[in-house]
Amino acid sequence: MSADMLELVLMTVVTAATPLIIAAIGELVAERSGVLNLGVEGMMIVGASVGFAAAFSSGSTLIGALAGIAAGVVLSSLFALLAIGLAINQVASGLSLTILGVGLSGLMGAPFVGQKREAASRLAIPYLSDIPYVGRLVFGEDMFVYAAIALVAACWWFLNRTRAGLTLRAIGDNHHSAHALGLPVRRVRVLSTLFGGACAGLAGAYLSLAYTPFWSPGMTAGRGWIALALVVFASWKPWRVVLGALLFGGATVLQLHAQAASIGVPGQLLSATPYLATIVALMILSIGARRNAAAPAALGQPFVATR
Amino acid sequence: MNDDGATGTEQTTGKAPLVSVRGIVKRFGDFVANDHVDLDIYAHEAHALIGENGAGKSTLVKMLYGLLEPSEGTISIDGEPVLLANPDAARSRGIGMVFQHFSLFDNLTVAENIALALPKSRDLSDLREQVLGFSRRYGLTLEPDREVWTLSAGERQRIEIARCLLQDPRLVVLDEPTSVLTPREVETLFVTLDKLKAEGRALLYISHKLDEVKRLCERATILRRGKVVGVCDPRAESARSLAALMVGASIAEIKPNGNRAPGPERFIVDRLSIVSPDPHGVDLEDISFSVRGGEILGVAGVAGNGQSEFFDALSGETPADRADAIRIDGASVGVDGVDARRARGAAFTPEERNGHAAAPDFSLSDNAVLSLHALGDVARRGLIQFDRARLAAARVIERFDVRAAGPQAAARDLSGGNLQKFVVGREILRDPKVLVVNQPTWGVDALASAAIRQALVDLAGSGAAVIVISQDLDELFEICDRIAVIHEGRLSKPRAARDITREDIGMLMAGATAGSADSHAH
Repeated sequence: MSADMLELVLMTVVTAATPLIIAAIGELVAERSGVLNLGVEGMMIVGASVGFAAAFSSGSTLIGALAGIAAGVVLSSLFALLAIGLAINQVASGLSLTILGVGLSGLMGAPFVGQKREAASRLAIPYLSDIPYVGRLVFGEDMFVYAAIALVAACWWFLNRTRAGLTLRAIGDNHHSAHALGLPVRRVRVLSTLFGGACAGLAGAYLSLAYTPFWSPGMTAGRGWIALALVVFASWKPWRVVLGALLFGGATVLQLHAQAASIGVPGQLLSATPYLATIVALMILSIGARRNAAAPAALGQPFVATR
Repeated sequence: MNDDGATGTEQTTGKAPLVSVRGIVKRFGDFVANDHVDLDIYAHEAHALIGENGAGKSTLVKMLYGLLEPSEGTISIDGEPVLLANPDAARSRGIGMVFQHFSLFDNLTVAENIALALPKSRDLSDLREQVLGFSRRYGLTLEPDREVWTLSAGERQRIEIARCLLQDPRLVVLDEPTSVLTPREVETLFVTLDKLKAEGRALLYISHKLDEVKRLCERATILRRGKVVGVCDPRAESARSLAALMVGASIAEIKPNGNRAPGPERFIVDRLSIVSPDPHGVDLEDISFSVRGGEILGVAGVAGNGQSEFFDALSGETPADRADAIRIDGASVGVDGVDARRARGAAFTPEERNGHAAAPDFSLSDNAVLSLHALGDVARRGLIQFDRARLAAARVIERFDVRAAGPQAAARDLSGGNLQKFVVGREILRDPKVLVVNQPTWGVDALASAAIRQALVDLAGSGAAVIVISQDLDELFEICDRIAVIHEGRLSKPRAARDITREDIGMLMAGATAGSADSHAH
């Protein structure tokens, strides 16, 4: 494999990892505040269909991305109403959100099935993007990739360096103590849920705007669930999300190449490798888990204040 | 207008209360937790709020701290009626609180836990230094970078106190602050509190320990069943008269058990060493002792010196590596688990009643099954016999006067004292040959404490070997035949309670070797 070829492969790894990074970082923030939203898959796929519809109608990728974000926020606000406002079981609310999202996306995306548009443009900086071997990998990605990295950096900084981030982590650790100190438990949880929804919507929009520039029903193909697993894999630490997403993206791309090279293993099995890799990684991680690598202590617990 | 009027009367009396509570009522459904309570707290004053568990003390202070909303009545600060919508509002008006049930975040560091309670405007960049400086100034040792889950109850309490004091409050509310401190630490705390008082701050001090109230407070308000039943100067009262006011009846003194002739050695620990699996835990080193039937051995020590590891080793939650390291009635059980040891006639009551001794969301009868199933009393062939479980729970409720709606009440709905009576009573009614109990009366009111202690003494009187791990020296001297001290995972040689002084125990707690403590005694 030539070095140019390698650069191309690495670029596909990055594009495969990007939607996972975006969706997982949003869910990570929500989970650090104690909210377990299993509706990531549903919010992602609605983001994909609404994002494509908006971009196709307006002709603007940016408008498509914003529409995807808005769709994710709307769906997550429904979840926030149920799981935080009414303190309904988070697992049940999240699962139903995914089912709703998958159905809704098919309905809204129906007129756009089979339509095509240009993929989101890639960055092109004179000279820099032309550097052999690494130019396009570093300076020639689409804007979503840079946005994803910036998002991770911002979330890390927010969670670990700001007072608001500390408040959010405290609420995820023990909402009773947080309430006793007068921290706004429900407000913070609603906001972090909406942020998670925005990220999931953006991740979905990336799929239909940049990754494969068309809409097809069910196109998220379980990536929302992978994002959820990545949060656990990352032990709720932002930068490890990037690592996990790249591993998973790498597995996706490798199995594609293995299928193309027809190495004699059934294609279905190869397609399953990224998912198997996720399970294996989760197992290895939980074996070596220390207590402080564990989940936010209040994760998934509904909170009801007494006054 | 009202303000003017109030100021006028204040000027005539010369001294205005800092915080004034008038006619406060708090209802939870049909239950009246506070019934027209009046309370005045002045600057420079340590005011005690005393009463039994369930008398409404915590409800009252939660309203002062903005956590609960009064159903009726007013709270005034500096003569001005205020609405305390949340703790932020209370803090900004100068009310600080040290909680009884720790309001800490296990997975955050000490410094982060403190930062969360500080005003938003406070610069946090030098928080580490502030914490260190503070711990030097008040003698409360704090390690800013440790995560809270690695700390003992006593260390956690220090964070609570530090967190409150760092906010520079005018009124400090302390809810049972000394329950996990050693006498020495209590004295240090009182020096701190005296300092705060001298600075013009007011203290509202909630305690069951009437000696402490007499030592610290100038005035006391006594609550019983949600009502104020008296305001007095505790220094002019005896602990007995205060207790009688509190419970509306006098507290019986512990009757010694009749059986003074020690029986055979029932429980033997022989050169027990266990390395703690927790990197911040305490390793047990070379612990040897034995307890005879009819005898109560007390284990004193400062919080975090290996008490919980010691309890886990005795109960079998952490098995030893040698079977003969622990023997019950001659049988080697060192590598056995909890149930195997229970089947030998041992019973165990851990320190944490919610989550360790009892499952909070389970009913009392289900909680009875949790520790009794190993004996075959309430379960047969893997199936629970619900009527027998209910009966077992009902017997505990009746015999130990547990105030609960019945065997079906959830454990978490009981007050701390009542649940403690239940978890101790559950083990005692089994008629165990050996009982190990950790902190039997922590956070339990005087009446319930007396009942639990009497039950322990009676159990020993019936020929059982009893081991009581406690940080309450008064308790140990009251009921124990012999006392040993645990320090950094080592146990001193047990000595007869009548031959050992508090000074000896204090030296051993601080790490003096048994030899030097002996020479001190002579």
